[in-house]
Amino acid sequence: MLEVKGIDTFYGNIQALRDVSLRVDDGEIVTLIGANGAGKSTTLMTICGINRPRKGEILWNGEPIHNLPPNEIVKLGISQVPEGRLIFPDLSVRENLDLGAFLRKDKQGIRSDMDYVFDLFPILAQRRKQAGGTLSGGEQQMLAISRALMGRPKLLLLDEPSLGLAPIIIQQIFKIIQKVNADGTTVFLVEQNANQALRIAHRGYVMENGRIVMSDAASKLLESSDIRAAYLGM
Amino acid sequence: MASAPFCPLRPGRTAAHKNGMDVQYFIELFFSGLTRGSIYALIALGYTLVYGIIELINFAHGEIYMLGAFTALLVAGVLGIMGFPAGGILVVAALAAIIWSAAYGFTLEKVAYKPLRGAPRLSPLISAIGMSIFLQNYVLLAQTSEYLPFPRLLPDMEFLDYIDNIMGPSDFLILVCSMLAMVALTLFIRYTKMGKAMRATAQNRKMALLLGINADRIISLTFIVGSALAALGGVLIASHMGQVNFSIGFLAGLKAFTAAVLGGIGSIPGAVVGGLVLGIAESFTTGYISGNYEDALAFALLIFILIFRPDGILGKAKVQKV
Repeated sequence: MLEVKGIDTFYGNIQALRDVSLRVDDGEIVTLIGANGAGKSTTLMTICGINRPRKGEILWNGEPIHNLPPNEIVKLGISQVPEGRLIFPDLSVRENLDLGAFLRKDKQGIRSDMDYVFDLFPILAQRRKQAGGTLSGGEQQMLAISRALMGRPKLLLLDEPSLGLAPIIIQQIFKIIQKVNADGTTVFLVEQNANQALRIAHRGYVMENGRIVMSDAASKLLESSDIRAAYLGM
Repeated sequence: MASAPFCPLRPGRTAAHKNGMDVQYFIELFFSGLTRGSIYALIALGYTLVYGIIELINFAHGEIYMLGAFTALLVAGVLGIMGFPAGGILVVAALAAIIWSAAYGFTLEKVAYKPLRGAPRLSPLISAIGMSIFLQNYVLLAQTSEYLPFPRLLPDMEFLDYIDNIMGPSDFLILVCSMLAMVALTLFIRYTKMGKAMRATAQNRKMALLLGINADRIISLTFIVGSALAALGGVLIASHMGQVNFSIGFLAGLKAFTAAVLGGIGSIPGAVVGGLVLGIAESFTTGYISGNYEDALAFALLIFILIFRPDGILGKAKVQKV
């Protein structure tokens, strides 16, 4: 479905990604784990067209997309829940969700997707008139995921959804991610919380200093002694 | 400056009323302040909208207002020769001015600001000042340096006879039109898809991009809407003052900028409140102290607000990013 082939991404003269290659197949949950500053978020921003790779290519169902503007990429069915959630603080919950469906014109579908996300996160339905900035961190994460789902993506990119949340909320968010995947959305999950991420993922990639250093089935990575030492603190 | 862009009291009234500090005089000053304040507000909205989206003070915005007044004058002249009725001329001229100025605003952004996106913040600011000077001189050369008379196109409004010392037809028109424009803008921003996309882009451009919102298009739209409002202000003031000149945009633009800062730049209700407060304050200064001090007052107010409340009346204090 998504294939990243040997991309280099720079911020000015600083190279953030070095020859990164990875693939996400239809129906999978794939996770990308790594420490702070490894280049995980940059990978997502490059996929979404916010950053441009200087080398390499990104293919979507075989078609190159690394030269498309971000709105064209969203249109193809790739939605991102960025790090830090980036809720529009002065817009209501409902308006945040409306904007998730910005490129869609099928009113009926939008309404049924709105029901779907309210079903996933009933708290959002209660708070639909509240300004996004007044929600708690966990609720904002729920809103950010819901907003991305309102675009009815084929591929959902999640950037550290567990960041700064209480363990019980993290549990809930990861359950929802699994449910969304079971309902037919492919998921690419970037996490520092390697343990949690590898538990729900099918496959995983490990990133260090802008390079992919390891990739395997998630269950294998969970057992790998290197990973356990470096990321799981065991 | 050859003459002040606004005259708070209609000619012939000032002397008679200056003697008494009565309630009537107060009300008269208040309403003339409201009238000029709504014009400031119309222009200030353009500053604030643009600032909200790209954090640029578009110093050429006053020139868009001036171009609106000129366009209306030219169209009104042509239609007048063709023998159209006065009321119809005003409507057509206003629409033409709005569309033409919106096109100017759109082009201005494409030519002078878009190539500088991502440049240091000072660069587009200098570009804006350059465009302001360019547009003034362009109109000066293409038209004239003289004050041109703007035709009287407003019908007499008999229902205003009772309060004719407070409000004439053109004051009435200014108040009604600017109020309608502001309501329309509010509805647009609040309820339409593009309005929501504008607010989203103002709050977080990167996230807006990630949702598939085309930021370039939103920026263009912002310039178009802001320019249309300024053009409306230009037409209204031209028909109020009865004259037009290439330089009217400069001072009006600066005043409206002051109003936008006063209300809290980036805030839409702030621009309206700032415009009205500034207009009324100027009107009282002129009425009770002296017309010589009205510009001084406006800019003293600007300095004062920048020192003591830099976020403006309705602006929110910026939270430092942690």
